[in-house]
Amino acid sequence: METLQLFKILPEKIYFQNIPYLPGFRKMVGWNLDFSTLTRNIHDSLFSFFSPGLASAAEMVIIGLCFLTFFALLGLILVYAERKVCAFFQLRLGPMRVGFWGTAQTFADFIKLLLKEPLTTKNADKFLFNLAPFIVIVASFMAVAAIPFAKGLHAVDLDIGIFFITAVSSIGVVSILLAGWSSNNKYSLIGAIRSGAQILSYEISAGLALLTIIILTGSLQLSEIIESQRTGWWIFKGHIPAIIAFVIYMIAGTAETNRGPFDIAEAESELTAGFHTEYSGIKFAFFFLAEFVNMFIVSAIAATVFFGGWMPFHIGNFTFFNHLMDFIPSVVWFFGKVSLIVFLMMWFRWTFPRLRIDQLLTLEWKYLMPISLVNFLFMAFISLEGWYF
Amino acid sequence: MNEVSEYIKDVAKGVKTLLGGLSVTGYYFFHPKEIITQQYPENRGTLKMFDRFRGEVIMPHNEKNEHRCNGCSSCELACPNGSIRIVSKHLLLENGKKKKIIDQHIYNLSLCTLCNACVKACPTDALKMSQEFEHATFGRVELIKVLNKTGSVVMEGLEE
Repeated sequence: METLQLFKILPEKIYFQNIPYLPGFRKMVGWNLDFSTLTRNIHDSLFSFFSPGLASAAEMVIIGLCFLTFFALLGLILVYAERKVCAFFQLRLGPMRVGFWGTAQTFADFIKLLLKEPLTTKNADKFLFNLAPFIVIVASFMAVAAIPFAKGLHAVDLDIGIFFITAVSSIGVVSILLAGWSSNNKYSLIGAIRSGAQILSYEISAGLALLTIIILTGSLQLSEIIESQRTGWWIFKGHIPAIIAFVIYMIAGTAETNRGPFDIAEAESELTAGFHTEYSGIKFAFFFLAEFVNMFIVSAIAATVFFGGWMPFHIGNFTFFNHLMDFIPSVVWFFGKVSLIVFLMMWFRWTFPRLRIDQLLTLEWKYLMPISLVNFLFMAFISLEGWYF
Repeated sequence: MNEVSEYIKDVAKGVKTLLGGLSVTGYYFFHPKEIITQQYPENRGTLKMFDRFRGEVIMPHNEKNEHRCNGCSSCELACPNGSIRIVSKHLLLENGKKKKIIDQHIYNLSLCTLCNACVKACPTDALKMSQEFEHATFGRVELIKVLNKTGSVVMEGLEE
């Protein structure tokens, strides 16, 4: 009776409210991958075999190994994808010879990189020079740890997840500055300083774009941000300001990863290779890998905040449609969204010409930041009035 | 107020031009038929070079083993880097006169820059550029070619 009365009073409020999820249905669909049982089982069996201290150490090692493998695979796949996508945009075929359609090309390149001699230039600041590649890889490692990959597949669910990721991923700029400074090379130094100016500027609008959605979610915790999109992704529920925020985030995110059209830090035609001019072998591979992993991280944040992370495509309380969408595993949803956004970033890179440093800073300080501030206010107003779905 | 509208127009124009660029590359990405790269050794059977491609200098012969070269040395003089040498011989005619005819048209491909000057200089259109481009050999000597075939004679009516 009560529910009926509620319907009569506030039909539109009920319509878009978080509908109670049907746990029985998900159990019925056994093959729909839910990683929480798997991780729980591993956790329990480890704790039954070992003492608590040893068990948690073993867990850390396992997670570390998983992430290392994931990093290596991600780097290989993204480099291959980048080369293929770039080729198709430029009416070429890309790598075709090694393996079927060139799939083994990146493996061959990787082996070649590992076999090369890691040189250190004579007048370089040796300690900082060798430290820089590790900082860049550690920064992206820490950011990846807080990303939810699927339902229950989440290394650390921090209360301030999104804040943590944005904070940690900007440590990468320290390594770029270190690499540029310690190389004792004018090209490297110019590249590093450009990169510093660029990342510091674009961090602002990226943060503001994320804050625009966080007004709606009311939480910085990534699992809660995803949970709040059970009735629809924020890009649809938050309509106009959410779309503006997404566009601004994509521009700022592309700039933060030092990718074209914002790749002035390593601009090949003017600075040879920018901050990693003097690096070779495995140290260069670290910078190279970190660039691609950072691209993945930016895409993963965009997918989580704007497109619901691993949350399937739900429309309000159309229960039948929503359950139909739940049949697709959450891993597929997450990686599908991430790869679409990665494709978008590659599309930007291979379409737009490189910006000059003054144009780059004009774009940020005169366009993106004011627009995102206005957009932020707009979203706050919409949130106050309840004009979102 | 004017400045604000200018600003908004600026942004709209920027977005419009960026979307224009994206649509061009997007069209290429989703239309793989537009790809112009060819997979060379695999497509050897069907590969056809375009008409104006210059591979090497050749001297076409007809089915009677006749060519159009009368050994006038115009090509040898026209060649900027001396990659052509005409060796002529003297034929003793029945009426006691001597006649100069071509013995060997020696063409050194390793010196040739494919400038087309010899083809332009030839008064009898004896030389042509072929579309053959697979010139790799195991020795430089193999690149020195004799263009007129053994036992070939000049076409009638073209003698000096």
